[in-house]
Amino acid sequence: MRLPLFWLTDYVDPGMEASKLANRLAMTGTEVDRVHAHGVTALENFVVGRVLEREQHPDADRLSVCQVAIGEGDVATIVCGAPNVAAGQTVGVALPGSVMPDGTKLKKAKLRGIPSNGMILAEDEVSIGMDHAGIMVLDDDLTPGTPLADVLPISTDVLELEITPNRPDCLSVYGVAREVHAATGQPLAPAPWATDPGTPGPIEGVTIEVEDPEFCPRFTARLFEDVTIGPSPRWLKARLMAAGQRPINNVVDITNYAMLLTGQPLHAFDFDLVAGGRLKVRRAGEGEKMLTLDDAERTLDGSMHLIEDGDGPTSIAGIMGGQRSEVQPTTTRVLMEAANWNGPTLQRTSQKLGLRTEASGRFEKGLAPEQAMEGQIVATQLMLELTGARLVDGTIDIGGEGPAPVTLRLRDEKVTRLLGTQVPIREQADILEALEFGVHDAGDGLDVTVPAFRRNDVTREVDLIEEVARLWGLEKLPATIPGHGMSARLTTEQRLRRRAADALVGAGFSEAIGWSFQAPELARKLRIDLPAVKLRNPLSEDLSVMRTTLLGSLLNSVRHNTARGTEDVRLFEEGSVYFDRPHGRTPTAAEARSTPLPDERMHLAALLTGRLHPASWGESNPPTADFFAAKGVLETVLGALRVPFTVVRGSDPFLHPGRAARVLIGGEDAGWLGELHPGVTEEFDLGRVAGFELDLSAVLPHANVAPLYEDLTSFPAIRQDLAFWVPADRTASELVEVVKGAGGKLLKDVSVFDVYAHEGRTSLAVRLEFRAGDRTLTDEEIAPQREKVVKAVASKLEGELRG
Amino acid sequence: MSTATADRIAQLRAEGEAAVASAASTTDLEEIRVRFLGRKAELPNLLRDVGKLPPEERGPVGKGANQARQALQAAVDSRQAELEATELESKLAADIVDVTLPGTPVTPAGHLHILTATRREIEDVFVGLGFSVVEGPEIDLAYYNFDALNHDVHHPARSEADTFYVADDVVLRTQTSPMQVRQMELQAPPLYIIVPGRVYRPDNDATHTPQFHQVEGLAVDEDLTLGDLQGTLLAFARAIFGDDREVRLRPHFFPFTEPSVELDVSCFNCKQGFLRDGSRCPLCKGTAWIEILGAGMVDPNLYGYVEGYDPDKHQGFAWGMGIERIAFLKHRVPDLRMFFENDLRLLEQFG
Repeated sequence: MRLPLFWLTDYVDPGMEASKLANRLAMTGTEVDRVHAHGVTALENFVVGRVLEREQHPDADRLSVCQVAIGEGDVATIVCGAPNVAAGQTVGVALPGSVMPDGTKLKKAKLRGIPSNGMILAEDEVSIGMDHAGIMVLDDDLTPGTPLADVLPISTDVLELEITPNRPDCLSVYGVAREVHAATGQPLAPAPWATDPGTPGPIEGVTIEVEDPEFCPRFTARLFEDVTIGPSPRWLKARLMAAGQRPINNVVDITNYAMLLTGQPLHAFDFDLVAGGRLKVRRAGEGEKMLTLDDAERTLDGSMHLIEDGDGPTSIAGIMGGQRSEVQPTTTRVLMEAANWNGPTLQRTSQKLGLRTEASGRFEKGLAPEQAMEGQIVATQLMLELTGARLVDGTIDIGGEGPAPVTLRLRDEKVTRLLGTQVPIREQADILEALEFGVHDAGDGLDVTVPAFRRNDVTREVDLIEEVARLWGLEKLPATIPGHGMSARLTTEQRLRRRAADALVGAGFSEAIGWSFQAPELARKLRIDLPAVKLRNPLSEDLSVMRTTLLGSLLNSVRHNTARGTEDVRLFEEGSVYFDRPHGRTPTAAEARSTPLPDERMHLAALLTGRLHPASWGESNPPTADFFAAKGVLETVLGALRVPFTVVRGSDPFLHPGRAARVLIGGEDAGWLGELHPGVTEEFDLGRVAGFELDLSAVLPHANVAPLYEDLTSFPAIRQDLAFWVPADRTASELVEVVKGAGGKLLKDVSVFDVYAHEGRTSLAVRLEFRAGDRTLTDEEIAPQREKVVKAVASKLEGELRG
Repeated sequence: MSTATADRIAQLRAEGEAAVASAASTTDLEEIRVRFLGRKAELPNLLRDVGKLPPEERGPVGKGANQARQALQAAVDSRQAELEATELESKLAADIVDVTLPGTPVTPAGHLHILTATRREIEDVFVGLGFSVVEGPEIDLAYYNFDALNHDVHHPARSEADTFYVADDVVLRTQTSPMQVRQMELQAPPLYIIVPGRVYRPDNDATHTPQFHQVEGLAVDEDLTLGDLQGTLLAFARAIFGDDREVRLRPHFFPFTEPSVELDVSCFNCKQGFLRDGSRCPLCKGTAWIEILGAGMVDPNLYGYVEGYDPDKHQGFAWGMGIERIAFLKHRVPDLRMFFENDLRLLEQFG
């Protein structure tokens, strides 16, 4: 909300400059986005002037050459283009050096050969109105040379306030004035609605009916006759302009002014266009249509409300009026409406229609019914003062004021307990009274009565404590650390996840964070069809489906880098993926009665492409990423976690069919490992890419986090190398399994160290490591084991020992 | 022993020692060794033939010859060691590399993402303050994300303009706060937790991305105060932004805390809002304070959603901060969308 300071000072003088006030308001709970200067600067150059002579410009039909008295006997020659300029007028003059609202600096100029030493001002040139048809003509009793700023509000600071949703009462000049009063201690003028020129009772010829009082808790109306529509006075226009509203005509301006001052939106009907002199608030029919002020036809439904007259709908209640009964230049009878609408219902309507107005934005936050009469009274005063209107007797008031105010007990002990420090009870009382709460001493604290305009926000003791705390000064609070004496640490799973990421970082991988949502297209590119969670209201089609694999976002990230000239890319990601299927956790009570949540899992994936390490003068062609490079990384990660695993051939559709594997941990599937299918990498414009992806819930439970000591140092191991010819379809892991099975208890480790294919057979060389915990082994002692191994390989794998 | 024999032994020894001393290389030395101590050399022959001597000469000749041979052998050995050392040095001196050539590359270490590094830093601070780290689902019930957090049924944050929906009652969580209630359902007070994680809102520009990361904090005990909130977050701010930071609380509004505050930290980029050259600090915009998070005392209404929590007995505080914002403030990445591009040229600058 834009708060012009010169308007605020009608009700409270903050007694400090704008930036200080902004800071004080921020520290008491009213955020100030920024302070800006409205209007002109270099004020000393703006003065009152009197046009002494006006002559036609010799070379320009539309220009006048004026001699203007600007005080102290000085006379300036000013060339003026306004049609209404005339000798004898008192005017506003900007002298050279003036800085205009758009920041331009006025200079001496020559206009069609005649020097001009200034400018005679129109309203819009100093941002106090929209009128540019002619210059402003001021009162004749002003003395030339008088600073113009003393006469017209041509310059003011404006605070741009960020009002929190719980404080709709602060969406008004008087509402903020109350806060400023409480925050600064400066005196507050009486409310502008303190004097009501109106009278209660029915109005002859006006019938108002409210069908749905829950939606419309209060409806007030007054009737004015003999209204003359015309421009508003300068002081009013200047206030609207500074607050960011465009002046239109006196009646519309009055509704806006009353709204800005009191927070209550109003609507003015041309009463002669209200058919039958009657208005009715009712629910709209399903599919009912009406034409709104913005010239759009709106289709309503049964949850919405409208106001109709004898001929049908005229307004969407609380949101926008209709064209049919709009105030016209010829209007002479005005029915002024100030009503209160149910915020949530109105908000839904406004959302459904995609129609948000200044009024609806205020109503949806929940105004107090009392505000309706406050706005009505201010409007009445101005209608009488500015439009020549006569108020017809009576005031329609359906619904009346809101519920009786509540009184809450504020316990001194509770204040201390919540804030951690004592606030003297007298200060508590002073603060609350400054905020217009009623305060009475009670045994253990205060009995506090909540004013109507805070009815929705302050309902409990704790809400009162907040009021006390924010004005007492949060800067006076102590900074203490709770003495709970509890210790905390990361969970095993959290520590393992960090360990896995650290291992990957050590192995040369950088961490990526991809988008959780992706395009449906991505699943097609990856040739997968897993049950995915779809968003009902995505930002775009490209971000409409939740990912079921980290592969897609990682590939996008790899591609982002290769496309920018980084050829060697090693990236990993640890993040959630989401499946549209039951999750298998025990549901909470709320989950049990709701739509089932998807199955959300933490995955870890890594991809690499390009060279495994940079080329150098000693090695111009370093090895590049392939299946075994990826497997090496997988071994590094799972080794760091102490998770034993095996792999089997796999067939994931996005992988190279000959270089695809599944990772098994504890006998269960934990993810994929492989080189990506060239058809897939082509879609991403990438070369060979290898990698893996693991479901961490299948990995982490198998980590050996507290290994027991094994004596590997007291006695040396004995190593034996054996090479076998095996048929080509036998795998290394089969050989290792057979060797392990036959090698006996002393065989501690078997590893493949050489592979060589020849004529349909494969030579696999394995290193066997035997160790005993209590003695040094000899070749003789393990010879029988070696024999058993050779026999087992022969019988189970048709393998033979190479010579 | 004849004088001639004794003289001959002495002569051989002297000749041998002189030759050894003058040997210029290990090859020379080997020749000399063979000449004086080899199978066919005179001195060993004297020893070998000692048996043929008259008995009274055997002792003195044997002894003399043996002494001479041992002395010569020792001289050879010592000269051998000398020559080997010299020869190694000269060989190494010839084996020169260009020490200015680049080293052989290993695979360079990678980097944690800046958001993970920041998240870990935050986690570690709060673990040190006795807060456990808990995590929850990113796709959650509107109940946990809104209802149980005191958001009225019509709260504007629930609108499709502000929340991603999967079903009428299922949303992408817009904050990490749903874990507050989930954890309270699991655990009676005292409760000290932080909740790091990914959250979602339908915005996309330089300062808002549709996914981002938060760390929620929640402490519920019997006598926690707003002063405790300030002290805890002061400790946090100093750990992250430097020991001489100050914090201030500013009143604010959130549906799930009462009183609600925003926490500002004193700007670490300037003095009182101005840089050394007198210009206005771009980070704090001249205010000397930077907003880093929202916080407050847990609204007593929240305790009504869970068992074991008594609004008359229990009090607590909560806060929520954006990891991106903390990372931005510390490292000044200019556009939040860059966090999710995963450009290695950016990733390698951090973590």
